[in-house]
Amino acid sequence: MTGATIDGPDEERTLLQVRNLSVSYRTHHGYIRAVRGIDLDVRRGEVVAVVGESGSGKSTTSHAIIRLLPDTARIDAGSVRFGSDELTGMSERELRTVRGAAISLIPQDPGVSLNPVQRIGEQVAEVLRIHHLSTRRAALADAIEVLERAGLPDPATRARQYPHELSGGMRQRALIAIAIAAEPKLIIADEPTSALDVTVQRRILDHLQQLTAQSGTAILLVTHDLGVAADRADRIVVMSKGRAVEAGPTREILDNPQHEYTRRLLASAPSLNITYSRVSASRTAAVPAQAAVPAQAAVPVRGAVPAQAVAPAQGAVPAQGAVPAQGAVPAPAGSSVEVVAAVAHLVKDFALPHTSGPRRALRAVDDVSFTIHRGRTLALVGESGSGKSTTARLLLRLTDPSAGRILFGGLDATAARGEQLRQLRRRAQLIYQNPYASLDPRLSIGEVVSEPLRVFKVGDRAARLARVRELLDRVALPATVISRRPAELSGGQRQRVAIARALALNPALVVCDEPVSALDLSVQAQVLALLAELQSELGVAYLFISHDLAVVRQIAHEVAVMQAGRIVEQRGTEELFTDPTHEYTRELLAAIPGRGVGSK
Amino acid sequence: MQAVGVLWAAYTVSFFVLYYLPGDPVAAMFGGGVDSTTVSPAQLAELRHQYGFDKPVLVQYIDYLGKAVRGDFGNSVSTGRSVTATLASALPRTFALAGLAMLLSVLIGGALAVSASYTRRRWLRQVLLSLPSLGMSMPTFWVGLMLIELLSFRVGLFPAFGDNGLRGLVLPAVTLAIPPGALVAQVLAKSLLAALDEPYVQTAQSKGASRLRIHLRHTLRNASLPTLTVVGLIGGQLLANSVVVETVFSREGLGRVTAGAVTTQDIPLVQGVVVFGALVFVLLNLAIDLAYPLLDPRIIAAPGSRGAIAGAAT
Repeated sequence: MTGATIDGPDEERTLLQVRNLSVSYRTHHGYIRAVRGIDLDVRRGEVVAVVGESGSGKSTTSHAIIRLLPDTARIDAGSVRFGSDELTGMSERELRTVRGAAISLIPQDPGVSLNPVQRIGEQVAEVLRIHHLSTRRAALADAIEVLERAGLPDPATRARQYPHELSGGMRQRALIAIAIAAEPKLIIADEPTSALDVTVQRRILDHLQQLTAQSGTAILLVTHDLGVAADRADRIVVMSKGRAVEAGPTREILDNPQHEYTRRLLASAPSLNITYSRVSASRTAAVPAQAAVPAQAAVPVRGAVPAQAVAPAQGAVPAQGAVPAQGAVPAPAGSSVEVVAAVAHLVKDFALPHTSGPRRALRAVDDVSFTIHRGRTLALVGESGSGKSTTARLLLRLTDPSAGRILFGGLDATAARGEQLRQLRRRAQLIYQNPYASLDPRLSIGEVVSEPLRVFKVGDRAARLARVRELLDRVALPATVISRRPAELSGGQRQRVAIARALALNPALVVCDEPVSALDLSVQAQVLALLAELQSELGVAYLFISHDLAVVRQIAHEVAVMQAGRIVEQRGTEELFTDPTHEYTRELLAAIPGRGVGSK
Repeated sequence: MQAVGVLWAAYTVSFFVLYYLPGDPVAAMFGGGVDSTTVSPAQLAELRHQYGFDKPVLVQYIDYLGKAVRGDFGNSVSTGRSVTATLASALPRTFALAGLAMLLSVLIGGALAVSASYTRRRWLRQVLLSLPSLGMSMPTFWVGLMLIELLSFRVGLFPAFGDNGLRGLVLPAVTLAIPPGALVAQVLAKSLLAALDEPYVQTAQSKGASRLRIHLRHTLRNASLPTLTVVGLIGGQLLANSVVVETVFSREGLGRVTAGAVTTQDIPLVQGVVVFGALVFVLLNLAIDLAYPLLDPRIIAAPGSRGAIAGAAT
């Protein structure tokens, strides 16, 4: 299917051969086809990546190979040849001898994929016991040895611990140990690291690749991240809507994508477009309804229509195509730009559950200071646990600081209460990470968006309705969604609703907490474009929290890198990316998948 | 601390409810309608005085509470024996009965739940899952009578009445075990089926584990926490139902003592039974709280943190 000749020796090297595989799921409305006739080959020792967005059928395909599908799924047609065996025709009993021994699986989410009430060592030993590779007595010692190979430090101790006592990265290593324990010929890795921080992700993938290279194990890598695929895979299969739209050697796919969908995927992959500047520049037809809005450098008056263009260096959205125009941006916060919010020397301690000994506290935020300007975006970047979300909560006064000051619109908001706090809430809004959880499923979209207006008793019913219509139009949603429920919308549409809700009261500041990390790549690009566009129209300031540097580069004017509660580096976006000074920033940048592939 | 509160509340509520119930316990001693020819009002008054019934209610309450704390619940009005002794003599039989019933309910309910979750045949699962509702909707006395009719009178397998050792225990224990067993089956089956959808089950499958292994090694332990909670509640249910079962099977025991005490308005004895029931309930749930961390290492044993446990378990 790569167009290459399949001759004798090549045939021999083929480990897995999937032909015309079709899978459907039973729903209330009959069967829905998730995979529609997929062809897929994996040769011995090869890394093949299956890339696609959620719902493309990539996970279903990978699970169908070893028939690990939910009861509602049905394999309609196709063959899966593994070596000389046909897997689709095997009985459940025969299949059990293949699973774990010849083909193993590294599941998606290390947080929930280990049995919470069993020790790590037992869970690894179980594979060895099932396939009679170890005696009862030796299994645990063997498991410890496997854990060590998987790169888990102090494996003997870890083996006695339970999953909840391990970090996400360590759990993923335990799952890798389970996968490699029986030395299988093929490992199916289903988004093995997408739940982990980038630096951890890189270390684990490096290690896995090194291990399998040594043993000659093939990997079928399922991922939504084209950057990861580009870094790791020999060949890439691109899936969309249950079909393989394109397949071929990695380099070829990246350099010369044939299918239109592949091209779109490439264009929207932030990590591969690392040299792109703010999305507003690269935005094309992503947001149809609003695409006509000219790239205006506007700091508008509080109102819908942009006032005349004030054109200082910052906030200036470069004209279409002018890629590096942001070089000028960092000239920070001249006196000409209004300060929306500022924090100074913020500290937040959390008391740890007191055990014996002295009372301990965790310093989640440690001496953090920054300023946010009108119409500009400050990004807080860091890995999980670095204190970036806590900082945002402090700024919004959702939690109280242990020390430091918060200024909002020139007023001290550190100790604001009652009506003053209410007014603060009105001027600062929040967009959450998960658009599936942050909208009340029982309210209609119209009610969701108008809720802030009702809470602050803005206008009468008719005025509010008009405002909701205007807001929905602004976020490029059709007016018909007004009476729908959140469940009827896609993830991207829901996040647009959340944006509309955040903008309802004309806030000066919107805190975006990982606003796109739950979304597919192409949707991600659209939402980022929308945020940038709204900013240039309304002059709203963003505090943008993200662990994804590639995304940050597209949206932020200025970046603050957080590590262990402190800001270790804070500079203009372009400067930071081209010339990181702090070691940790450099480590973060190096860990972005797809970097090595270069800019396209 | 919480346990002491529960015991005190049980004592207090039962005291005042019993006190304000219509009827005269002293009169009841002589068997319902008092025959004034045998007992004069003066004698009645003296008896009331002897039992302390003529004092103001609060004084009585504090008197009795003070004694109760020291384990003295006074004497039964109808028999004159001390309440503690009466309960103590009734206890072993009822404990044997309730204990066996508890064991049976967990075994039967557990087996039913595991088979319902284990089978891949949808119809069989549906049938198995509908059994608990059936079991729960059958009244205990009716089940007891049916079992006696079938297994004692027709087949003669087990004795119908009395305390004939272990064989005599079978029928009442089965009767007593059916409603709680149904409850166990229902709760456990539900959590087992939910656990089957957990990602760690897929990990186990990808190791090549069989369905049986997955049930015994993985889902059963994860799913058993809610069931354990239910077992704590069952303890109370068993004591309450033993009243009916011991009556139907004419067994001596706590149930019969309770039934008798209530019909004769034997206030001290009823109080003793109530407080004892609360004590059993509290101890059982304490034991279960201590058992949670053994089943789920994420739960740390901390006295009186039932809420935290429930939160962590879900």
